[in-house]
Amino acid sequence: MSTSNFTRRGMLKTSAVAGAGLAVPTIFTASSVAAFTNDPADQSTVTLGFNVPQSGPYADEGADELRAYELAVEHLNGEGDGGMMQTFSSKALQGNGIMGKKVEYVTGDTQTKSDAARATAKSMIEKDGAVIITGGSSSGVAVAVQALCQEAGVIFMAGLTHANDTTGKDRKANGFRHFFNSWMSGAALAPVLTKEYGTDRKAYHLTADYNWGYTTEEAIRNSTEALGWETVNAVKTPLTQTDFSAYITPVLQSDADVLVLNHYGNNMVNSLTNAVQFGLRDKMVNDKKFEIVVPLYSELMARGAGAAVKGIFGSQNWDWKLQKQLGDRYIGTDAFVKSFGEKYGFPPSQAAHTCYVQTLLYADAVERAGSFNPCAVVEALEGFEFDGLGNGPTLYRAEDHQCFKDVVVVRGKENPENEFDLVEIVEATPVDQVTYAPDAPEFGGADAKLGECNAGA
Amino acid sequence: MLGLTRKDAILLAIVTVVALLAPFILNPFPTNSGFAQFNAGYPDLMQRFAIFGIFAIGFNILFGLTGYLSFGHAAFLGVGSYAGIWMMKLLTANIIPGIAASIVVAGLFALIVGFISLRRSGIYFAILTLAFAQMSYALAYSVLTPITGGETGLQLKLNDPRVLDGALAPGERAHANLFGLDMTSSIEMHFGAWQFTFNTGYYIAALVLVLAFYLSIRIFRSPFGMMLRAIKSNNTRMTYTGLNARPYALAAFVISGMYAGLAGGLMVAMDTQVGPERMFWTASGEVVLMTILGGAGTLIGPVLGAGLIKYMENIISKINSGILHEWFYWMPDGLEDFVITLVYPFVGKGWHLTLGIVFMLVVIFLPGGLVEGGQRLRRLAQGKRAKKSATQTNPAE
Repeated sequence: MSTSNFTRRGMLKTSAVAGAGLAVPTIFTASSVAAFTNDPADQSTVTLGFNVPQSGPYADEGADELRAYELAVEHLNGEGDGGMMQTFSSKALQGNGIMGKKVEYVTGDTQTKSDAARATAKSMIEKDGAVIITGGSSSGVAVAVQALCQEAGVIFMAGLTHANDTTGKDRKANGFRHFFNSWMSGAALAPVLTKEYGTDRKAYHLTADYNWGYTTEEAIRNSTEALGWETVNAVKTPLTQTDFSAYITPVLQSDADVLVLNHYGNNMVNSLTNAVQFGLRDKMVNDKKFEIVVPLYSELMARGAGAAVKGIFGSQNWDWKLQKQLGDRYIGTDAFVKSFGEKYGFPPSQAAHTCYVQTLLYADAVERAGSFNPCAVVEALEGFEFDGLGNGPTLYRAEDHQCFKDVVVVRGKENPENEFDLVEIVEATPVDQVTYAPDAPEFGGADAKLGECNAGA
Repeated sequence: MLGLTRKDAILLAIVTVVALLAPFILNPFPTNSGFAQFNAGYPDLMQRFAIFGIFAIGFNILFGLTGYLSFGHAAFLGVGSYAGIWMMKLLTANIIPGIAASIVVAGLFALIVGFISLRRSGIYFAILTLAFAQMSYALAYSVLTPITGGETGLQLKLNDPRVLDGALAPGERAHANLFGLDMTSSIEMHFGAWQFTFNTGYYIAALVLVLAFYLSIRIFRSPFGMMLRAIKSNNTRMTYTGLNARPYALAAFVISGMYAGLAGGLMVAMDTQVGPERMFWTASGEVVLMTILGGAGTLIGPVLGAGLIKYMENIISKINSGILHEWFYWMPDGLEDFVITLVYPFVGKGWHLTLGIVFMLVVIFLPGGLVEGGQRLRRLAQGKRAKKSATQTNPAE
């Protein structure tokens, strides 16, 4: 339970003083006051809280996240083939649950709404005794739930969240993000774009009108302008927009020769489809072929946009073909794809990957710390370097709890073989190129602080 | 007593007792039993029951009495929340100024919206309020990002000014409190296999709920309330008798907006975070559902409706296929899977479907909402008794 000023002893005293007003024989159990929220010490199981969108615009991502979580729980409990536990550089996990306690889980529907997500997370913490909350498919929800976990004294392992803020100005000591962010997308994409399209391009941005859109536009603008591009215009589009024709026409009239779509999910599917229908891809401007860029890609979106994604650049946190194409630096990928594929019959999305990895990382940190105490877990994760989880050598940076690893630059495939093979990997941008200072201005500057870890109780 | 008739005083007493004993009433099942799934007595949900109860009571003053269907009431809740969190960020983490600001700002906003929207009635009024609410949502989501935090919303931060509070000790965070009493603090009581949680925040919300309920009774029974009912039954006749009804309707609208602001302020006090989704049109629709489900125009109905919807949203939505398998494990394999396939669409993410069915059943068979259901049950019981006595006394023809 949350920070209580009342101890059991104090409560007993007060009730004694009150003259035992309750006629019923009140029996207080002898369990001692726990040192931290939801201490599973006297139980044989430990409960994890999987808080994912099961309805609303990101329900597809949520469903894939839940699949990954169920797989991770199986592997932690020693069922199945162990997946990435075989390749993980840390060998603390034994396949006997976490610290010998069988792993159980509860699920909730975030509806991709901050209020709903906090309500389900609270019920997991207050009612079901969850020691960790993980999942989600939106930065707004991630920031909201992360703050809640900080207050309640449990660990938050973010799911799919790409805006800078999650580990930027809104970073929290109890929260961790494995997924990459807008800034990294910009840093990884810009060199590839200038190599492919030249350094004297004029870009036109269409940006989803909310926080994630702003940080992504800023990241792409800054990194492409640094390499010689010019930004002609940047227009904000409402999140609920489904027909982007009105926004595409001005692009045709400007002298821009690149269109950057800072859109995600259905926004991206619709705006890209519109842009292709308007013939932008066949257009020649300033004697150069007109190009379209989508900073954040996902397999699910590529499937939605269909043929429109052919030849279009974007970035990803991970791709299921990584180890096959780029070799054993990305070891773990094949093991995960195999056990996911055997259970569900298709390859996992990057959302599934990041959620699976976050679960293993948490379990491993508990094992290494020898305690479920959130502060001990934070200590075990801060500055933790690991490998074998599909992204190559990775660091959980202590200053902002952001993972640093290679970023995958992808392009829509011209001739896909099947519906899961819609993107081809262009390169994996090395981690050094996508690393920034923890107090970078895009990440809240020197004011952004993690604060102290909170163990609750 | 308190200016109430005996019947109303009894109703108020019942609400007070239920609110006080909610931690017991909502946790009827032992913690380790299979039915613990249906326990609702944890702080967050109890707080929500109280807060949405207040929201629905306020909505009912407008909709239940005047018949004006506002489809944008969530905007006042959201505006109240934003006002509340700004007070807590700038002034003090004590909840009193925050809640006061919520009520005032929501009231002012309601005055503007009501002044414009009440020029029309019926469907046009509903559409106008809906438009205002969606406008507020869009503004909060993107245009006003510097003030509202956009999609990510606002939270208490370590570096907030909080001019009235002393500096925080290192490692300490700002807690929403009432003169030092932390909203999140709870006392747990174990009683055999049962566990009951008494939460400070809940009891403060419950106290406000009882006060709000009392105020609503007084409004219902006042000449002002009678005037509002008159607007509902025949607005045209009111006008012909030379009475300008609009100021009364506007007053009801503002009072109802202030109730929504109060609910918004309490939400921030219990959970120091605001996001724009709170103002989305579905949130406005939800309070309409609560009121109709419980019984529009009745005193207790909206509170019951709010409770039912929040219960389904938080309890039914958490039943996943794993839990269903636990429930039906005793069945033969084929039958188990069959039953689970039948039940699964109605639980978990399918809770909306269940709610829809319940709503349809209530509207078709109990047009007066849950309150009418209660009344029918009572009449049934009384009717039986009456019949019995009737046969005994044998009245003369």
